[in-house]
Amino acid sequence: MKQEITLKQESQKLNVMKPITEFFKLKFGKVNFLKGFKKTGITILSILLFLGFWHLGSKSLYNKEADYKIEKALTEQGQAAADAERACIASGESGCQPNTLPSPTQVWASLQSLIADHYIIKQKKDAFATKMEATNQKLIANGKDAIVYTGRASFIDTVLTSIKTVFAGFLLALLIAVPIGIIIGLSPTLRSAFNWFIQIFKPVSPVVWYLLVFMIVKTIYIGKSSDNAFVISFISVGLCAMWATLVNTAMGVASVDKDYINVAKVLKLGTFQKVFKVILPSSLPLIFTGLRITLSVAWMVLIAIELLAQSPGLGLFVWEEFQNGANDSNSKIIVAMFVIGIIGFLLDRLMLMVQQMVSFNKNEGI
Amino acid sequence: MSTSTINTTNTYSENGILYPSKVMLDLKDLKKVYPTPKGDYVVLENLNLQIMEEEFVTIIGHSGCGKTTMLSMIAGLNPISGGNIAILGNPVKGPGPDRGVIFQSPSLMPWMTALQNVLLGVNQVFPHATKTQRTDIAKYYLHKVGLDGAFDKKATELSQGMQQRVGIARAFAIKPKVLLLDEPFGMLDSLTRGELQDILIEIWNKEKITAVMITHDVDEAIFLADRVVMMTSGPKAKIGDVLNIDFERPRTRKSVLDHPDYYTYRKHLIDFLEH
Repeated sequence: MKQEITLKQESQKLNVMKPITEFFKLKFGKVNFLKGFKKTGITILSILLFLGFWHLGSKSLYNKEADYKIEKALTEQGQAAADAERACIASGESGCQPNTLPSPTQVWASLQSLIADHYIIKQKKDAFATKMEATNQKLIANGKDAIVYTGRASFIDTVLTSIKTVFAGFLLALLIAVPIGIIIGLSPTLRSAFNWFIQIFKPVSPVVWYLLVFMIVKTIYIGKSSDNAFVISFISVGLCAMWATLVNTAMGVASVDKDYINVAKVLKLGTFQKVFKVILPSSLPLIFTGLRITLSVAWMVLIAIELLAQSPGLGLFVWEEFQNGANDSNSKIIVAMFVIGIIGFLLDRLMLMVQQMVSFNKNEGI
Repeated sequence: MSTSTINTTNTYSENGILYPSKVMLDLKDLKKVYPTPKGDYVVLENLNLQIMEEEFVTIIGHSGCGKTTMLSMIAGLNPISGGNIAILGNPVKGPGPDRGVIFQSPSLMPWMTALQNVLLGVNQVFPHATKTQRTDIAKYYLHKVGLDGAFDKKATELSQGMQQRVGIARAFAIKPKVLLLDEPFGMLDSLTRGELQDILIEIWNKEKITAVMITHDVDEAIFLADRVVMMTSGPKAKIGDVLNIDFERPRTRKSVLDHPDYYTYRKHLIDFLEH
């Protein structure tokens, strides 16, 4: 017996080591290394090409707008004005710069200024907090709300708000869609009863969902001073994004392999056992595929919904920069675009990892 | 060589006295009809078969003749259109753990380990046993099918042959009255198939559970069976002929192959299938 136990431990240890050794094999095996190098090389090359095209494109757009401005000054105000305009553009003064697609370098500069801005705002926040500490303690002691910093949010704060909103929305979608999906998957009657509902509400646009949620939440929050933008945006995101999970869960539950159902029948498993031991585990991969789609849809609609709900996230940031029209606004919008894209990609990878963990057939799913 | 009618009853001796053995499974005027847009399609009609306690019966016949339909009707997975099926005199009404089924594909739950797959049935059949007792039963049968080192392996990590071994362990572990095998080795290569036939017959020799097995393989049919039942081709398939295999048990593959009657049996079956 004892020997058996030690054997087991040993095999467990080996199992722990396995991924590590595999990893090294993968990374440092000669053939794989070359292959990996080639793959990374191609990726880097394509990124460089992309940046090159972007740079050339933005430059030609810049020149086009600059030429137009000079031309306009020439025809409307004469040669002197045109020369002044040309000099002004060449000097790089912000007032007369063409406002077009920013170049990669401008975007990079904007990213750095946004990060620097974050530290400035953080300092302000900290200073405010220390200044108000005594007052706030008094306020709390008297049973009143503490005074909080209500200044401008930094770019990084908006990113964090967006991530918070998307996760709250995702959680809501999961809590609604998975149980309903299981129930309608189990019963063909309920499936046909719910089908029209799903078919009609699935294609509804995020904007309309927002308006619907706004109508309801506004009334619920009536007379309260607290800010409901976050609540409205996460509920709208959840409602928009839950359909993929709902449909996939119902499909997964309804289409369990007939062999497994036969086994359950032959063994005469009770309903509870049948659902939790056979049907649910076998539909988990499809449920998680649905959840993965839900998360990516949630992130996609989030931007539009934050914009409408005035929730201080990335959506609002993009919209405000567009309205702002300052010299670096366009490059800030492009920064936001990349950040949105990268976070979306990372969220998808995260879900893919979870999906592969629950998938019993390792070849399934991409 | 002896062919016999359907109602031949085997006898066994106890203290020198001959007792007729009990009828375990009784199919009477069994009929199966599938409705189609062009009218009813009669798969089976007037099918009569009695299978005795502790008897191993193999069923052969051409593809699509309704063998699997018959077996799934005995398992209770397919409704009966006419006639009836009784186990020890009680009519079959739906599936139940008194009939263990080994399916053509192993049908293991891929998210469970080999042990969990066997336990799924054991837990259901022995709800009052302690957890250790149930685990012991499951482990015993996994040991019997030669899977000692694979208790905690996920079903997907096992080869097709090993998965089917778990399928055999799962079926025996619930101690059924009747074992139904639907071409269980049809998907395996011939080497693995031989191994599994040996394992099956070894456990069966010990447990003596009445078994009905569908096969396409004439040699397999002779090696395993007390009687080989030949079904006519559909539609309206019924029992065409029955061949008693009078080899002694326990058998070994070699003793069966060396037996002078072996080729006569084989010829009989092949003649039936080819005529």
